[in-house]
Amino acid sequence: MTDSYVVSIDQGTTSTRCIVFDRRGNLVSVAQREHQQHFPRPGWVEHDALEIWRNVGKVVPRALAEAGIVAGQVAAIGIANQRESTVVWDRHTGVPVAPAIIWQDTRTDELVETLARAPGAEDLRQRCGLPLATYFSGPKLRWLLDQTPGLYERAERGEVLFGTMESWLIWNLTGGPDGGLHLTDVTNASRTMLMDLRTLGWHPDSLAFFGIPVAMLPGIRSSSEVYGTATAVLPGVRIAAALGDQQAALFGQTCFAPGDAKCTYGTGSFLLLNTGAEPVHSRHGLLTTVGYQIGGEPAVYALEGSIAITGSLVQWFRDQLELISTAPEIETLARTVDDNGGCYIVPAFSGLFAPHWRSEARGVIVGLTSYITKGHLARAVLEATGWQTREVVDAMNADSGLELTSLRVDGGMTANNLLMQFVADVLAVPVVRPMAAETVSLGAAYAAGLAVGYWPDLEGLRSNWHLAARWVPKMDDAIRAEERENWQRAVERTFGWIKPEARAANA
Amino acid sequence: MPGQVQSIARAAAILRLLASSSGRLGIGEIARSLDLAKGTAHGIVRTLQDVGFVEQDKTSGKYQLGAALLHLGTSYLDVNELRSRAINWADPLAARSGEAVRVSTLLDGKVLVVHHVFRPDDTLQTLDVGSLLPPHATALGKVLLAYDVGAANAVMRGEPEPYTRRTLVTARALTRALTEIRDNGWAAEIEEMTLGEAGIAAPIRGYGGLVVGAIGLSGPVDRVCDGQGRPRPTLVAYVRDAARAVSRDLGAARW
Repeated sequence: MTDSYVVSIDQGTTSTRCIVFDRRGNLVSVAQREHQQHFPRPGWVEHDALEIWRNVGKVVPRALAEAGIVAGQVAAIGIANQRESTVVWDRHTGVPVAPAIIWQDTRTDELVETLARAPGAEDLRQRCGLPLATYFSGPKLRWLLDQTPGLYERAERGEVLFGTMESWLIWNLTGGPDGGLHLTDVTNASRTMLMDLRTLGWHPDSLAFFGIPVAMLPGIRSSSEVYGTATAVLPGVRIAAALGDQQAALFGQTCFAPGDAKCTYGTGSFLLLNTGAEPVHSRHGLLTTVGYQIGGEPAVYALEGSIAITGSLVQWFRDQLELISTAPEIETLARTVDDNGGCYIVPAFSGLFAPHWRSEARGVIVGLTSYITKGHLARAVLEATGWQTREVVDAMNADSGLELTSLRVDGGMTANNLLMQFVADVLAVPVVRPMAAETVSLGAAYAAGLAVGYWPDLEGLRSNWHLAARWVPKMDDAIRAEERENWQRAVERTFGWIKPEARAANA
Repeated sequence: MPGQVQSIARAAAILRLLASSSGRLGIGEIARSLDLAKGTAHGIVRTLQDVGFVEQDKTSGKYQLGAALLHLGTSYLDVNELRSRAINWADPLAARSGEAVRVSTLLDGKVLVVHHVFRPDDTLQTLDVGSLLPPHATALGKVLLAYDVGAANAVMRGEPEPYTRRTLVTARALTRALTEIRDNGWAAEIEEMTLGEAGIAAPIRGYGGLVVGAIGLSGPVDRVCDGQGRPRPTLVAYVRDAARAVSRDLGAARW
C-alpha cells in the first residue's frame, strides 16, 4: 500500500498556502502564493476572490509535486482561512459581485455606530457572543447589500450567495456554478454575528437586525466532517474540514480540554482558551466564539482575546525608529541592559483592544529619564507584548473561572527567547512551544484527517504533539507585582488622548 | 605568482572612494571617479551591498560605507538572527532524528548555545539557550574550531580539560580531528564530554561560505551510534541536510 497524506489549504490574509502532512503530523511539503492587497480608500481593504481561487489552483498541485505524490494518495483536504472576510458572488456565473471586504476593513464604522443604537443590539450580542464591530462579517454584508443596486432583491431570490473564504473555496472546489456546495463551518459562522451560539443555526432575529435574506446564506456544518468530494484542483478527494485560522491553530495545538489555551504571536496576537461545551459570556472584553465541532458531537466553545499590536511594535521599532535592522536584533539590543530602566511602552496605536476596548487611547512611552538607552526601549517593546498577554489571560481567568496552568505558543515571535521567558515570568505559568510551527495548517489537516479516519481520535492527535521548548517562570513575585502595577499605570496614561470633539469630527 | 583579481582591486578602490567622500555617492559618480563602465561599477557595488560593506540610502538611491565594515572584527551575524533563521530547520531535524537539537556559535573561545529544541519524547528537559559548552569536547565546538584557526590555536595553547578518557586534549589529536572534520564536512562526539552521550554536528555557512555557526543533535550513544560505535549514517545525513538548508537561507550559494 502506498503512503497516504492529508492536504491543508491555509487561505490567509496575505497569502494562500498548501501544506502536505504525513501520518505523524510532519510537514512534507509547502507551496505558497501571495495575493494582492487593494486599498482603494483610507480604511478600506479588499481582495480579489477570483485571484485567491486561482492561487489555490496553483499552490495545491505544486505542493503535491514537491512531495512527489498524486491526488490518489491524498486522504482528505482541510481548509483554514482568514476569518470574517466577506465574499458575495453570482450563483450562475461564479463571479463575485464586488471585491471581498477584508476583516481589517473599517468602512462600516458609521453603519456599526448606527446599528449599536438600534433596538435589539444587546440581544444580538448575547446571541452571537460578539460586540458590534467593523471586524465581523454581518456589518460588511449589510454594507454590500446597501451599496450595490439591486443586490438585495437578487439575494432574496437566491441568485447571489454570501460566504467567508472557506465557503467560497468549497463552492468552487465542488463544482462552482455546476452544483457547487454552499457551506460554512460553525467556527466561521460564529464570526458573522448572524449565528446563535447555542443552536449553531442562523437566527431569524439576527438576520432581521442586519436585514439579510436567508436565501443567500450557506448551510452551517461542523468543522470536521466530509462535506463533499472535490471536482476541481484535486478531483475525487474528500473535503473534510474547515476552520477559521485562529480556531485551526487551537486545534493544531491540540487544545482539546477545557482550560487549554494557545497564543499565536504574529503582527497582532490571538489568545484562545477552550471553555468546553458551554459558551462563556465575557464581562471583561473578550469574544465568545466556537472553538470547533467534530461531526455530530457537541460544539466546543472558546474565549478569544485579540491584541492588536505585538510583532508590529517590533516592526515599528525597526522601520520607523530604525534602531535595529532586522526584527531578531531587538533581542540583542534588549540584552544590552538588565531591565527596562523604569521605561514602559504602551502601543495603543489605534486604541486598545482586549480587554480595554478604548478607541480614544493612543500610545505612550513613559518613565523616560536621561538614564534610558535604546536598550531599555527595546526591552520595553518586548515587555509590552508580555504584559498585553497577561491582561488577556487575567480577563480569561476571571470570565471562565478556569485557572490557566500553562500557555501553548506559536507564531514567528516564539523565536524570541527573551520574550518567551518574559511571558512565562509575567504569567507565572510555564510557556511551551510545540515542535510543529505551522499550527494553523496542521489544525485544518488534523480536523480533516479525523473526519475520514486517517487519524483515529483526539488522543492519537495528542500523541503527535511534542514539546520543542519550555520556559519556566523565574521572576520574583514581588517584582512581578510591582512591574504589573507600573504597566497598569502606564496603560491608564493612554486613555482619553483623542479628544471627543476630534472623534465627533471624524465620525 | 598568480595574477591580480581585477574586481577585488576595483572593490577596494570603491570602498576607499566612499570612505574619503564627505557625502553619499551615486553609481554615476563612482563610475566616473574610477573610470569604470557604469554597469561594472554597479555590479561591484551591488555585491558589496549584499555582503553589508556598502549601504544604499532609501530615498536618494546613493551609496555609503555599510555598518558591517565597522564590525569586521566581531561576529557579523547576530545570534538572535541565526536562531530565527535556524528555527524552521531545527524542529524537523529533532522530529526526524528523535534527538535534541542545538544551534551554536563561538563566543570568547566557548560554544554558546543559541537555540535548543527538546528531544521529542516529552520528558522533562531544561532549555539551555545561553549556556556555554567546551569547544574541544563537543561535536558543535569541534565543527566551529575546524573552521576557525585562531580559536583552535587558542584552545590548543590552553590546557583542554579532560572530561572523560575519550576527550581530545593533545594538540596532535585535536589537529588530526579538525582536519578530518574539514574533509568530511561534519563532526561527531562520542563520550568525549559525558559518558553514554554522543553527538553529531555540521557547519552553518553564511554569505561567501563563511562558517557562522553549527547545528547538531545529541543523545544516548546507543541511539546516535550503530553497533560498531560509529555515528549512524542516516542521522549524519539529517544533520548535514539541516545545516545545508539553514546555510541556503543565510545566502551561502554552494552549500
